Amino acid sequence: MPTEEVLGLAVAGTFVLYALLGGADFGGGVWDLLAGGPRKAEQRALIARAIGPVWEVNHVWLIVGLVLLFSGFPRAFAALSVALHVPLTLLVLGIVFRGTAFTFRAYDTRGDAVERRWGVVFSVASVVAPLLLGMCVGAVASDAIRMQGHAVVSGFFASWLSPFAVSVGVLTLGLFAFLAAVYLTHEAHTPPLAEDFRWRALVTGALLFPLALVALLLSREGAPRVWAGLSQTPFALALHVGTAVAAVAAFALLWTRRFRAARVAAATQAGLIVLGWAVSQAPYLVYPGLTLRSAASSPTVQRLLLVALAIGAVAVVPSLVLLFRVFRPQAPGAATPVPPT
Amino acid sequence: MTDLLYARAQMGLSLAFHIVFAAAGVALPVLMVLSDWKHRRTGDNDYRKLSEKLAKGTAILFAVGAVSGTVLSFELGLLWPEFMGRYGEVIGLPFSLEGVAFFTEAIFLGIYLYGRERVSPGLHLFSGVMVAVSGAASAFFVTLVNTFMNNPSGFTATPAGPTDVQPLVAMFSPGWQYQTAHVLLSCYQASAFAMAGIHAFILLKHPGAAFHKKALSVALPLACLTALLQPLVGDLSAKHVARSQPVKLAAMEGHFDTEVGAPLLLGGLPDVETRTVPGSIGVPKGLSILAFGDPNAEVKGLNDFPRDTWPPVAKVHVAFQVMVGTGSLMALLALVTLWRRWRGREWPHGKGLMRAWLFTGPLGLVALEAGWLVTEWGRQPWIVRGVMRTSEAVTPVPHLAAPFFTFTAVYLFLGVTVLFVLWRQVAATLPGAVDGKVTHAH
Repeated sequence: MPTEEVLGLAVAGTFVLYALLGGADFGGGVWDLLAGGPRKAEQRALIARAIGPVWEVNHVWLIVGLVLLFSGFPRAFAALSVALHVPLTLLVLGIVFRGTAFTFRAYDTRGDAVERRWGVVFSVASVVAPLLLGMCVGAVASDAIRMQGHAVVSGFFASWLSPFAVSVGVLTLGLFAFLAAVYLTHEAHTPPLAEDFRWRALVTGALLFPLALVALLLSREGAPRVWAGLSQTPFALALHVGTAVAAVAAFALLWTRRFRAARVAAATQAGLIVLGWAVSQAPYLVYPGLTLRSAASSPTVQRLLLVALAIGAVAVVPSLVLLFRVFRPQAPGAATPVPPT
Repeated sequence: MTDLLYARAQMGLSLAFHIVFAAAGVALPVLMVLSDWKHRRTGDNDYRKLSEKLAKGTAILFAVGAVSGTVLSFELGLLWPEFMGRYGEVIGLPFSLEGVAFFTEAIFLGIYLYGRERVSPGLHLFSGVMVAVSGAASAFFVTLVNTFMNNPSGFTATPAGPTDVQPLVAMFSPGWQYQTAHVLLSCYQASAFAMAGIHAFILLKHPGAAFHKKALSVALPLACLTALLQPLVGDLSAKHVARSQPVKLAAMEGHFDTEVGAPLLLGGLPDVETRTVPGSIGVPKGLSILAFGDPNAEVKGLNDFPRDTWPPVAKVHVAFQVMVGTGSLMALLALVTLWRRWRGREWPHGKGLMRAWLFTGPLGLVALEAGWLVTEWGRQPWIVRGVMRTSEAVTPVPHLAAPFFTFTAVYLFLGVTVLFVLWRQVAATLPGAVDGKVTHAH
């Protein structure tokens, strides 16, 4: 396998992980915004507690993906930065407000209007950021970003405001909300709280089907490459079957309240959707202008990057395992992580 | 303003904002672990409280540093796509390793902050140490990228971009030792001085407050040590700049004519029209000694270089004077404090000295920002010195005023908010504050 394909897979891998972990994290913000019913406060407390220890880590995947992109495929990074300047700028503003609002709220607890206002900033940014992220993905997947040589010639708005890109944005938001709800069923330490998120997960999960269908149908016009990949290639069938099996399994497991397993099924489902996008677009990074090969940095650089990736994995994987072990959900009544007071 | 200037202003603003938090992210974990360790050794609960306060401060500053760092990694492409498109592969390695360090920092910070009750004391302290080590590694790798921009190496430049890329050579570009040491020390120095300033302020209002005396005993050793080491490292760094980037040195010193036995100019505001530095005081042969260790060494002046490769001379000179001036003041205070410590056998907290520490508290950050401006302004008009001009790297996207003003507003708001939130953390430790809450109205 050529190095640029291995690196391309690594980039896709970081996107899958960002969608799963960062996505659930964004989704937590969505449910913070939509918290309601008799256990409104408990829902918000659960979200804050579940996210607190891991939210910084969840978002490092984005940085890793970016760094791999600009070191491994510098031309693609440059082209995307120009073509998607506007939505990416809005996205980073969303990330800034989300991250800081979450921290200020967690560490400046006063139980008053100020704290609640941070909560609103946090949850609104949690809705806007995935929407923009999805729209950027939609723009990349469509053939709307056009280049002449190294210059982007398709303007700064049309590519990400197309119906297809918007439909991917909404699908992303729905997917993240679904993931978060499923994760939270397992994090909840009282049955009523788990029940709150169980029905949220079932409803958003059901909504995902029409959203995905709309995006798929719009891709026929809006993203022909992805449409062809998702409807005509041999891997497509396997992918659709895999996604469908995972989706049905997630539903069945949620229905029967096997939350731990439901979480795995939901993650598989979401991971396959992101992977499906990546594979249907390969070998293009930006269709039709840049392929993995044409955007790749020199082979020396790519080999060293793979070495750095291996070193990184050796340092990061055991630490991550430790982190998730320390903060795995505990039985009711056990000590729960709270910020030091 | 042109779009190029807006792009530079936005990048500059983002970096100026970020490095404050990055510096704190490097240094506060060290202070936090030191107090934690003192608590373990002495059993004194004040040190535990101090360590928890520092942990909270670290968490807040790290979070803002992480998001502003995320902004920067996007801005590299959003503002300088040509630079990243061509040189992304050359500097990708240190950035990737920085990513690894950032990862371990975030992981162990999560364990340290939220895991005090969940992990063994040994693992808890180890997590704190890992946060400190990763923070330093992160600053180290990111500084290597800046070293590359100042002294590019490890590739052959062609009109189509770099070829024969050797990432390891590029990663350790000439002068990396001096620049990384200078930057790391500045992070510890700025944070230790800021912390000492805060507690000095409280001790002036509440003389003898035990908690704050102990806090000073944690901050002052680091502050004094770094303040005394920094001039030595800075001198090595300047000598390297003199050899490798003579234009930058000439701008730093406001040195126009090539001279043997060049004087060192103190103060003054360079005038590039008349090519003089009105208002400056010259120390005979000073510059030759400082730059080359030889009173009769020849120091190249700006006039020896094409006018269109000059950095903004006045800005670089003033920033350099500010850095050296504040650095000298801090070193002087460190000497006095260490003298008094040696005479009195405990860290001094008398009124006069506390006023001095209060006054110098912000100077570490001032010096840090000024030093960074020296290196960035001093590299202009190049983004990669001698190879790519900043004007060639900028994005073709128009109307860059809009993101510039947006980010300016956002950073102002965040800066004020962070100060407010941190002040509430400090206020809760004041004598008279009950149960972690402040009793007086705000």
